Amino acid sequence: MVMKKMFTAALIASVTAVTVYAEELKGRGASFPAPLYKVWTSEYYKATGVKVNYTPTGSGDGVKSITKRMVDFAGSDTPLKQKELKKEKLHMFPTVVGSVVLAYNLDGIKDGELKLSRKAIAGIFNGTITHWDDQAIAEHNAELQLPHEPITVAVRADKSGTTFNFTYFLNQIDEKIKVSKKPTWKANKVIAGKSNSGVSANIQQIKNSIGYIEYSYKMTLGLSAAQVENKEGQFITPTLESFQDAAKYATWTPDNDFYAVIGDPAGVTSYPIVAATFLLLPEEKQATNKNVTKFMEWAFTQGDAPAVELGYVPLPKETKDQIRAYWEAKGIR
Amino acid sequence: MGGKLFRNFSFLSATLSFFILIGIFAVLFTYAQEALHEFGIDFLYSDSWEVDEDDEGGLFGGWIPIVGTLLSTLIAMAIAIPLAMGIAIFLTEIAHETLVKPVSIAIELLAAIPSIIYGMWGLFYFAPIVQSTVGGDGVGLLTAGIVLAIMIIPFMAAITRDAMNTVPPVLKESAYAMGATTYEVVKDVVMPYAKGGIIGSIILALGRALGETMAVAFLIGSVMKIPDRITDPTTSIPVLLANNFAEAQDLEISAMYYLALILFVVSFALISLAKFYFFGRKSV
Repeated sequence: MVMKKMFTAALIASVTAVTVYAEELKGRGASFPAPLYKVWTSEYYKATGVKVNYTPTGSGDGVKSITKRMVDFAGSDTPLKQKELKKEKLHMFPTVVGSVVLAYNLDGIKDGELKLSRKAIAGIFNGTITHWDDQAIAEHNAELQLPHEPITVAVRADKSGTTFNFTYFLNQIDEKIKVSKKPTWKANKVIAGKSNSGVSANIQQIKNSIGYIEYSYKMTLGLSAAQVENKEGQFITPTLESFQDAAKYATWTPDNDFYAVIGDPAGVTSYPIVAATFLLLPEEKQATNKNVTKFMEWAFTQGDAPAVELGYVPLPKETKDQIRAYWEAKGIR
Repeated sequence: MGGKLFRNFSFLSATLSFFILIGIFAVLFTYAQEALHEFGIDFLYSDSWEVDEDDEGGLFGGWIPIVGTLLSTLIAMAIAIPLAMGIAIFLTEIAHETLVKPVSIAIELLAAIPSIIYGMWGLFYFAPIVQSTVGGDGVGLLTAGIVLAIMIIPFMAAITRDAMNTVPPVLKESAYAMGATTYEVVKDVVMPYAKGGIIGSIILALGRALGETMAVAFLIGSVMKIPDRITDPTTSIPVLLANNFAEAQDLEISAMYYLALILFVVSFALISLAKFYFFGRKSV
C-alpha cells in the first residue's frame, strides 16, 4: 500500500517534471556572447520561470545544429548571407555588440600604454614585423622601452567567430589576410590555444606575446590591452564608450535579415575592432520562436545593465525597434 | 534458472566489449572513407591542413600531427623509461620495508590524477620553468614531452615493480650468496627474469602517451608546423582532433576520422604486441 502511494507520488512528480521541461528553450553556438547569455538566461528564469539553456559550442556548431533542427535557436558571430538563410529556412537578427582587444605581455609596459598603428597590427599578424622594437611599432611609442625580442603571436586553435571578426579588421588593412574563422597565420612565432580562455592563458604565460581576445576576458583576467588606430588615424583605448561610439555606425537593415559585419567603422572616437553576434531561428517553428523572441524582448528591455557590466554594448534603441518590427513582419513576435 | 541467467548475462557482457571494439573500428573506417578516397596514402606525408573558403572542401594531410605525436611520445619515453626503472628497482631491491608502502601509494596516486590537472599545472607552473631554463615560449614540444613523461612514469613504474616482484627470492639470494652486488643482481638476475613484463609496461605506457589529449592540448601549442627546435610549438593527432572536431564539416571531418583511424590502429597494434608477445611469452 505504502509502496503504491510512493509509486503514485513518483509518477506525479515525473509528469510535472516533464511539463516543466517542455517549457525549456534550447540553444547552442557562439561562445563570444556566452558569458552574457548565461546571465540573461538565469535572470530570465528568476523573472518568468522559463528555462533557457544555452551551450557555448562555437558559431560553426551553432549553424550546424540549427540547420539540422537539433535546437530551438542558435548563436553565431558570423552573419549568414541571405542566400544561405533562404536555403536553410532561417530567421536572423543581432543581439548584442562586443569587441576584440589586442592583449600583450610585455615587461614594464602597462595596460593601455602600447599604441598600435594599423600598419603595425597587420605587420605583426602577417609576419612582416617580427620584433617588438620594429620601426613600425616604435615610431608611435617613443616613450616606451620596447625590447629587441621576437614577437610571439597568440591565436585560436579552433575555428572561431572571434577570429572571423578580427581577420575582417585585418583584411581592411591588408587584403592578403583572408577573412576566415581559422586562417593559416603567416607570423613567425605562433602559439594557438583553444577558445578565448586558452588564448588568454597563453598570453599570460608567454613573455613578449600578443594576441586577440574578447574584451570581457581582458577585464576579468586583468590583461594589458593596446590602443588601436582606427580608420580616422586616432589611437583608441578599448573602453565601453569607444565601443558604443563604434556601434553607432553599424548599418543594420531588416531587408537582408540584418546582415552586416560592423568591424572597422567610421568615427573619430570609434574603437575599430567591434563585432555583433546573431541569433538564428528556424522558420517553421512558430510557437517556440515566439518564446525565443519573448526572451529576447525581455533581454532588450531588462538586459542592458548586465551587458554593460560584462563589457558588451547593448544595441542602439533604433536597431532594437527594427528587430521588433522584423519579428512582427515574420509573425514570430 | 538463476545460474543460466547469470551465465547468459556474463556472456553478453563479455561479447559486448568485443562488439564495441569492432563497432568503433567500423565507424572510424566508414567515416574516413571520403578522405581515404580523396587523399589515399599521400595523406600520411602531406603537411597541409587548409579548409576552403566555403567550408566544404580543403586539402588535408596528417604529416605534422603524426610527427608531433611521435616526437612528443619519444621525448616522454626517453625521460620516463630510466626514471620508472629506477623507481621500480628502488622499491623492489633497495628501499627499506618502511619506505616501500608510502612510496608505492604515492606512485599509485600520481597515476590517478586526471590528465587535465597535469595540463593546467604544466601550463601555469611548469611551462615558465622550461622557458626560463631552456628558452622558447614555454609552450611547445619539450614541455608537452616532459609532462607526458611525468604522466606515464607512475603507470610504467607500477607494472615494472610488479614484474620485478615475481622474481623468485631463491634466485636473488643465490646470487647474493655468490658475492654479487645489488647492481649485479639487478642487472643479471632481476632484469633478465622480468624482461617480458618490463618491455610490456613500456609498450603500454607508449600507447597511453600516444593517445593523451587534454594535457598535451594545453602544452604543445597547437600550431600546424614541423618544429625546428625542441622548444617550438607543434601539434599532435589527439590535440588536432580535440581542437577542431566540433566546428569541422564534410571533408575535414572525414580527414579527422582518417587520423583517428591511424591512431587507433597504431595503439591497437602496440597493445596487442605488449599483451600477446611480451606478457604472454613468459608467466610473469
